[in-house]
Amino acid sequence: MHAHFLDPYKPRSSPIHQLDARLKVPLVIAFILTTSLIPIGGWPFYIFLTAVLLSAEILSDLGIPFFFKRAALALPFVLAALPVLFTQTGNVWVTLPFGLTITAPGVERFISVALKAWISVQAAILMASTTPFPEILLALRALRLPKVLVSIIGLMWRYLFVIVDETIRMMNARNARSGESPNPSYKHGGSVFWRAKVTGGMAGNLFIRSIERSDRIYHAMLSRGYDGEIRHLPLPSIPEIQRWISVVVFVSFFLIVVLARVLWG
Amino acid sequence: MLYSPAPMHIPDGFLSVPLSIALWIISIVVIALSTRRVSQDLGEREVPVMGVLAAAIFAGQMLNFTVTGGTSGHLMGAALATILLGPWAAVLIMTCVVGVQALIFQDGGLLALGANLFNMAVVGPFVSYPIYRFFQRMSTGQKWGVFVGSFIAAWTSIFIASLAVALQLALSGTSPANIAFPAMGGIHALIGIGEGLITLGAVSLIYASRRDLLKLGEPQPKGSTLIWIGGTLLAILLAVLSPLASSNPDGLEWVAEQAGFLERASEPSFTIIPDYIFPGIPNETLATIIAGILGTLLVLGVTLGIAYLRRQKTA
Repeated sequence: MHAHFLDPYKPRSSPIHQLDARLKVPLVIAFILTTSLIPIGGWPFYIFLTAVLLSAEILSDLGIPFFFKRAALALPFVLAALPVLFTQTGNVWVTLPFGLTITAPGVERFISVALKAWISVQAAILMASTTPFPEILLALRALRLPKVLVSIIGLMWRYLFVIVDETIRMMNARNARSGESPNPSYKHGGSVFWRAKVTGGMAGNLFIRSIERSDRIYHAMLSRGYDGEIRHLPLPSIPEIQRWISVVVFVSFFLIVVLARVLWG
Repeated sequence: MLYSPAPMHIPDGFLSVPLSIALWIISIVVIALSTRRVSQDLGEREVPVMGVLAAAIFAGQMLNFTVTGGTSGHLMGAALATILLGPWAAVLIMTCVVGVQALIFQDGGLLALGANLFNMAVVGPFVSYPIYRFFQRMSTGQKWGVFVGSFIAAWTSIFIASLAVALQLALSGTSPANIAFPAMGGIHALIGIGEGLITLGAVSLIYASRRDLLKLGEPQPKGSTLIWIGGTLLAILLAVLSPLASSNPDGLEWVAEQAGFLERASEPSFTIIPDYIFPGIPNETLATIIAGILGTLLVLGVTLGIAYLRRQKTA
């Protein structure tokens, strides 16, 4: 079994895919920032941002269900905001046992937080599924991330699949060793501490193998002329029209935030 | 999807914008410092070593073991990286792991990435380093110091990081302090045990087979004072702040009533809650939390005392 399906990138030839990553990444970050800056309960703005998002999703040629499915990933965290339902003071909507009350401001705040999280995570999914990893690295360089860090992340990505494969092999080996008799009188599995120790051994093993692998990689790099200096290809130029579209979008995000703050501030 | 999200990654929308930006700035400063330190230490080996080990920690988070009835424990890895490679390298590795998780796998938000980096790449290594070194020093290089130190360092890194998450949620008005602290702290006091056991297992395997690798994380004279002070302060601050913030008696009573409900509801995101630990008895939950905080302080006090005595003896 290989871990190649780990990569969330979905190759298509949509306009969203063609947008340069150096514009796409900042645009997505600006979109998420805009979403975060909309005041609690600014419903028309949430609807507007959702509409923008859905349009981009349709334009990306991946289909809205794909995004909805992936967005479910962030849902469990919504539970952390659940207590807010009961702790805000204001109009009481529902009275529950244990003396709990659900108030209107509490519901408003909870739905706003959940909506913001839902919109933001979809924007991030859109970015990751329409941008190949090398282009994300390019965007990180354009965002002035130190060269060393960009190289480390690049190398990490390259070996992630190798090491995940190694981890899967170790887990398969453990499964193969962990037989279980249908006869319940035979003990199996060991104690929790024993199981944790086995898993810890796997983690330690993974670490040893990885550090040995990094040694081999370093020597391979050395023999190919690596001298510690990190060299990147020069950044290709961004098409003029994409620049202009991005400027317009950035300005409209800014205006939306100003408008929302004025109307709901 | 093989890759399962860890419970402490905050998505976008949960934190206020000023707080997110402040935490971004803190994280960037610490990451810049550690990039410089690691470059000095490793030189041209930096890129391959850090890259492959970041991939290893990322993959290592897939490793899990069943606890009971479908729940499982798994690894975050900040403490393990700190023990094996030292705090600065651990900061860098966790930065790459958490950053890629947010950028590519939407595990944690992009605006919230500053906060997630702070919790896992800064608090994790900064808190586990002084604890691990403390035990190593106390045992004067004996075996038990390495083992006890790695378990407690790993447990504390999870527990303190969860208090940091609770504090951030409370400051953003997303989750009230008197609920966020006991809930997050209580759950992660348990998750921390899993982390501690895996870390202990990993360290003991490496101790048995490649003891030379444990030397990599040995103290570096320059800059480690910063981590000693910073890490200890962070741990104490968060451990003291949380009972204070949640000392509101109404809040505690409310949590007591709600504990059963909260724990059951969060099962999909927090994977190491054995059902029998929280049978919905309110006081037991509270006891766990208070015990956790008291335990931290107690351990700190005892170690400080012993270290003081030892120092006097050798002097």
